[in-house]
Amino acid sequence: MRKLLFKSLFRAPLSEAAPTLADAEVQELATRVGGAARRRLGRSLAIREVDAGSCNGCELEIHALSNPYYDVERFGIRFVASPRHADVLLVTGPVTKNMREALLRTYEAVPGPKWVVALGDCALDGGCFKDSYAVAGGVSAVLPVDLHIPGCPPPPLDILRGLLALLDRVAVGTARAPG
Amino acid sequence: MPSLIDLNLEGQQVQRHRPWPRTVIDSAVWGFATRQLAERRWSLLSLWGEPAMVHMALFDSRSAEIGVVSLECPDKHFPSVAAHHPPAQRLERSIQDLFGLVADGATDSRPWLDHGQWGVRAPQGEAVAITAPEPPYPFLKVEGEGVHQAAVGPVHAGIIEPGHFRFSVSGETVVRLEQRLGYVHKGTEALMIGADPIRAARLAGRVSGDSTVAYGFAFARAVEAASDLAVPPRAVWLRALCAELERLANHLGDIGGICNDAAFALLLAHFGALREIVLRAAATAFGHRLMRDVIVPGGIARDIDDAGKAAIRAALATIRRQFPELVELYDDTASLQDRTVSTGVLKPELAAQYCAGGFVGRASGRGFDTRRTLAYPPYQDLRFEVPVLQQGDVNARIWIRIREVEQSLSLIDQILDQLPRGPLLAPLPVQGQGEGVALVEGFRGDVLVWLRLRDGVIARCHLRDPSWFQWPLLEAAIEGNIVADFPLCNKSFNCSYSGVDL
Repeated sequence: MRKLLFKSLFRAPLSEAAPTLADAEVQELATRVGGAARRRLGRSLAIREVDAGSCNGCELEIHALSNPYYDVERFGIRFVASPRHADVLLVTGPVTKNMREALLRTYEAVPGPKWVVALGDCALDGGCFKDSYAVAGGVSAVLPVDLHIPGCPPPPLDILRGLLALLDRVAVGTARAPG
Repeated sequence: MPSLIDLNLEGQQVQRHRPWPRTVIDSAVWGFATRQLAERRWSLLSLWGEPAMVHMALFDSRSAEIGVVSLECPDKHFPSVAAHHPPAQRLERSIQDLFGLVADGATDSRPWLDHGQWGVRAPQGEAVAITAPEPPYPFLKVEGEGVHQAAVGPVHAGIIEPGHFRFSVSGETVVRLEQRLGYVHKGTEALMIGADPIRAARLAGRVSGDSTVAYGFAFARAVEAASDLAVPPRAVWLRALCAELERLANHLGDIGGICNDAAFALLLAHFGALREIVLRAAATAFGHRLMRDVIVPGGIARDIDDAGKAAIRAALATIRRQFPELVELYDDTASLQDRTVSTGVLKPELAAQYCAGGFVGRASGRGFDTRRTLAYPPYQDLRFEVPVLQQGDVNARIWIRIREVEQSLSLIDQILDQLPRGPLLAPLPVQGQGEGVALVEGFRGDVLVWLRLRDGVIARCHLRDPSWFQWPLLEAAIEGNIVADFPLCNKSFNCSYSGVDL
């Protein structure tokens, strides 16, 4: 470990070399997310993630948001363990009937004001699972949804973009704030 | 000793079932097959239902043959397999939930996928509407002085799939873990009925997100077997390229994840970065970070260009440079080893009985790898080793992953060097008929797909995740460990929830 830590002292932090147009866009997005989060929520946006029936593809990309390339924590966006610590419920999957109650209870445990973000194509309307006997539909069939981030799964940048959109709406006070 | 071939003589062989035979047998032969499983002469690959029939896929390791046997059950009953061979238990309970077929003599008749929320019983058989609320699920009883229970889930503290774990604990020690899954049951197999192979392939690719390539691959191979279709060589090689990239990304992510569960976040950061590099290379090469919907029945949907190849080569170079020193750090850190060595031991006998696939089996002495044992193209033309260890602890499962990362790096190099030119897709027959079965090595083990094509659409499809036989082993491996080590054990198994809930 000493060796690795010693190296890190001299090595530049992990960053991407020549920024292309798309990367510049990320940087700009990141700055805006950071700014918006700070303005409205005082340096913190706490997200409780709930898989309500996804294939786990969306979870993989949500995880990627925390890797050193995206590192969302630097903007004050944190994934929290309990719904009681959360501002935002981030829900993936076509809501299965077997998960409906657990999702509702998790939502009820989030203190207001709170926002719901539906993530992924399944979360919109059930996606390719929509006509199943075991699926309730999209997230909006169970909870009031403030924002939908499309994709199967959306790559980390799109998720970041979506969170920015939410923060912008929260900042101008147009988002629904139930509870 | 009878082989699977002999079994085929005992019943009526089904026409156009490829590449291995399917035989309709009577209940006496079904009982015989069950005893062969119980006595470890054959292995159970899967057990699944139809409205009035049950099927069992068997593997004979001496001849490396697969055979599917089917039993008609017009009276909705069949002799329980799990009564003699416990690995069949959850599969049998699922058949009961989905098709309403009763396993006579079953040791556990509680529902599994059915939580009483669908509004119907036996939704894939003769569905019956339910009106009264279901009784609460009866968890197994644990008694003893000072034993208490901790109930966890379905919503967990981390960003993971939903499932319920009931820990019975004495002091800090886990006396019993009982899993209850089924929360993400989406009725995938029911949705496939009547779908054309392209739509059905999309569903197959969404059974388990981290294995989307493996499922796409297995499903495509099953469709191609059923329609007796040869796939262009370039597509075959590109499929293996996707499969190895998927294995690489998942193993890198998992190694970091396990270390993080031992509070060693430094390695999560480093391995997370390596995983990201692989995903980005995959996106450049195939247009999607997870390579979803890239493999399609008949071939492959996307070709790789020079930029894609260069991105993959660059990713390999970075991993080759950084991976060894990270492995060294893992191996040299006593505080980390303290958590992984001798933790969550899975005994080789159990791994063999349950036919545990992937790193779970290989860390416990089971050297089965579909790429080698039932080699499908292009793997017979590739050089690789199948690492096997005997210890069966968290550490061994990490080391199998480490060795597999090295093997995948070499495989990807070989594939890029030898990639043949040519077309990518062979047209599927419009009115495809027949039945096909395929076994493909995903990152967590062998994925089985069986399907019947009728008039060009799917009449029935069954997808079996390796986790079916790994989840119950996690229950066994955690016994006697402390609760705090559960995340380590769980992550080192990394079973799929969506893959078994389906």
